[in-house]
Amino acid sequence: MVKVRIPTPLRTLTGGKSEVETPASDIQSLIESLNGRFPGLKDRVCDDKGEIRRFVNIYLNEEDIRFLKGKHTPLKDGDEVSIVPAIAGGTQ
Amino acid sequence: MPKASPMSTDRIKGLICRECGKEYPAVSLHVCDMCFGPLEVQYDYKVIKARLTRTAIEAGPKSLWRYVDLLPVAGEPTVGLAAGFTPLVRAKNLGDELGLDTLYIKNDTVNHPTLSFKDRVVSVALTRARELGYDTVACASTGNLANSVAAHAAAAKMQCYVFIPHDLEASKVLGNLVYRPNVVEVEGNYDDVNRLCSEIAGEHNWAFVNVNIRPYYAEGSKTLAYEVVEQLGWVAPDHIVVPMASGSLLTKIWKGLNEFHKLGLIDRMATRVDGAQAEGCAPIATAHKLGRDFFKPVKPATIAKSLAIGNPADGYYALKATAESGGAMETVTDEEIIEGMTLLAQTEGIFAETAGGVTIGVLKKLVKQGLIKRTETTVALVTGNGLKTQEAVMNAVGRPTRISPSLVHFQKTFGLGNHER
Repeated sequence: MVKVRIPTPLRTLTGGKSEVETPASDIQSLIESLNGRFPGLKDRVCDDKGEIRRFVNIYLNEEDIRFLKGKHTPLKDGDEVSIVPAIAGGTQ
Repeated sequence: MPKASPMSTDRIKGLICRECGKEYPAVSLHVCDMCFGPLEVQYDYKVIKARLTRTAIEAGPKSLWRYVDLLPVAGEPTVGLAAGFTPLVRAKNLGDELGLDTLYIKNDTVNHPTLSFKDRVVSVALTRARELGYDTVACASTGNLANSVAAHAAAAKMQCYVFIPHDLEASKVLGNLVYRPNVVEVEGNYDDVNRLCSEIAGEHNWAFVNVNIRPYYAEGSKTLAYEVVEQLGWVAPDHIVVPMASGSLLTKIWKGLNEFHKLGLIDRMATRVDGAQAEGCAPIATAHKLGRDFFKPVKPATIAKSLAIGNPADGYYALKATAESGGAMETVTDEEIIEGMTLLAQTEGIFAETAGGVTIGVLKKLVKQGLIKRTETTVALVTGNGLKTQEAVMNAVGRPTRISPSLVHFQKTFGLGNHER
């Protein structure tokens, strides 16, 4: 299982949960798996082509996945993934 | 809730997400709620083109407000009426030194009233903040922005909070306090300050000029490009060398040039915009060198504190603008920054802050590398005043020569004969 931290703006989709656990072999399958449980999440994180949006940062154990293997970055049991909007929200 | 625009205008359509294109009304909002991209002001250029001419601009006030048709305010400007329209100085001596026939310094060290280019963005931001009904303004700053927000807030009788890192130059701290805002020194670097301000902006209904007012604020930077073009006689230069912190200034210089071209105010636009960073904080320039369109945030360690943003908000767009224009990026060491500052001072009589040293140091390198050619008209943006960063050059400028109040002693000290007239 991989632990995923959900940012505030996406918690409307996760029923308010800030952290969820899900099985996944890489980032792409993690997003698919999250989208299965929380429909609509993928659209917020990925563009029409399925690429991770430019202003969404995803960190695997504190490292930006852009500097790993992007959406193909492999995951293993116990990994921690954070989804963080690049620009922190101000007045909502 | 974001405040609604009190006045819509025919020029300003609203805000639009730079990434996914989702549209919003012209309120205090800066992030797309769908894709998290940054929002930008969307103009109706047809309306602007119908009334904006060189003659109309030339008849305007001697300030950045002569370009009001291209700025995101609905009514008359109310804050910072004297900001902008700073000198474009023909830098013959520095040009000779570096090997450039036609070099200019855009001298924002004498911007009104706080001696940096931030007087431009703050004039626009506070005018817009008032239109949106705010009475309290705030900012996250590496120094110059805080100085400008504090000064303009005093003049506009607005409440003010400025947030700065704890280790700024003394003049930049004093340059806040004198206006009596709430000066908040945060134990951390600019990126920490910025993160905190995003949280505060979510809790308090204030106009944070570079958070929720950012789409309007950032547009003020375009006026540097407009002025350069107008002052060159409605000609775009071959190169503009721009210091980079968040990357916003460079992005907006490129936008301003393209707007002038699109509106027919200049016939030809082949300007390359070149980005300058300090080696100790060069996330954008490093990405450029590696040919990446994304960057790795860094922990800044440079004397160019005004450029010490390790996680630059507009880094991606600065990379894109430089690439589109065919420009270059370079970095300089702290030593080269000081050399750049003293070279500019000793050749042109302009005392710039450390960021100016970065610009001049990088300009020198780009000429040496042949990326800027001798015959190309080049403009270096010098965006802040050296009196604010005295610590940086204190040990590089020598000491005064002390003498007793005696003519003989004076002449002896300087090796002058006593009959010279």
